[in-house]
Amino acid sequence: MIEVLNMGGHAAYVWPAYGITLVLIVFNVWAARRKLANALSEARRSSGTEQPRSQPKVRQLS
Amino acid sequence: MKLPRWFHLFGSPPFVYRLASALSPWLGAIACTLIVVGAYWGLVIAPQDAVQGEVYRIIYIHPQTAYVGMLAYVVMAVTAGIGYIWRIKVAHAVAVSAAPIGASFTFCALVSGSLWGRPTWGTYWEWGDPRIMFETLLLFLFLSYLALRAAFEDRDKADRVSAILAVVGVVNVPIIHYSVLWWNTLHQAPTVSKFDSPSMATEMLIPFLIMVAGFTFCFCWLLLNRLRAEIVERERDTRWLQDALHGGRA
Repeated sequence: MIEVLNMGGHAAYVWPAYGITLVLIVFNVWAARRKLANALSEARRSSGTEQPRSQPKVRQLS
Repeated sequence: MKLPRWFHLFGSPPFVYRLASALSPWLGAIACTLIVVGAYWGLVIAPQDAVQGEVYRIIYIHPQTAYVGMLAYVVMAVTAGIGYIWRIKVAHAVAVSAAPIGASFTFCALVSGSLWGRPTWGTYWEWGDPRIMFETLLLFLFLSYLALRAAFEDRDKADRVSAILAVVGVVNVPIIHYSVLWWNTLHQAPTVSKFDSPSMATEMLIPFLIMVAGFTFCFCWLLLNRLRAEIVERERDTRWLQDALHGGRA
């Protein structure tokens, strides 16, 4: 276990490399979920104030 | 030119949204399993390298993150091109979703490469190394794509203008790939992606490939999640989405 953690004296390079990769993946997952949650709540809110896309208006030709 | 039916199906926001929602948990589960297994295998089980010792274990994340960055760029350029030519909204939504993921993985590849460079090359950063420079250019292409989009109020205009940047910049991807062969530099030549035979011991190659698969699934998972959000933003006031929201299916 200690050997694995020590990485033959290169722990200062190997672990930060893995650490930053893990942090970035977790951040990406979190950011995508938050973006989806925000978009959904905004879409729910907009339904109260705005009408769903209306049909093109037909104008009587005179 | 007559396009096949599935092509039109993938241009339909409700179809793509539902497909992405259905696939997302599976991709997430597969990606997490592969990455955990691959990382444990690479860090603990795989033998140490005869020349580099233990520090070589960065090979289980560094090439994978760089590859995902390039994959993200190709996905972004192809879908932006499709969106530009056929005016397909979903294609633009995929392109926009790929950009931030690609940027973060490219950044990750630069950092992990720099951490690998210090003990093996004796430096964190080498301005004269073509691969480092073109990889940095890739990061800036992603960032300028996002910045260019942010400069437009109108989403359709942003889609069309940024698509041109995305398509033009794709020329950088093969340059990154072949840079270590075209120029004699610090960066090592390809170990695995050679056409004859990969020069890596099997017990190192297996976790390497598991991590490649894991990062690919991870990219698809992240892409679909961002794509769902992007579709909801773009289709906010459409009938299908409002129906789905009120019917509790979204």
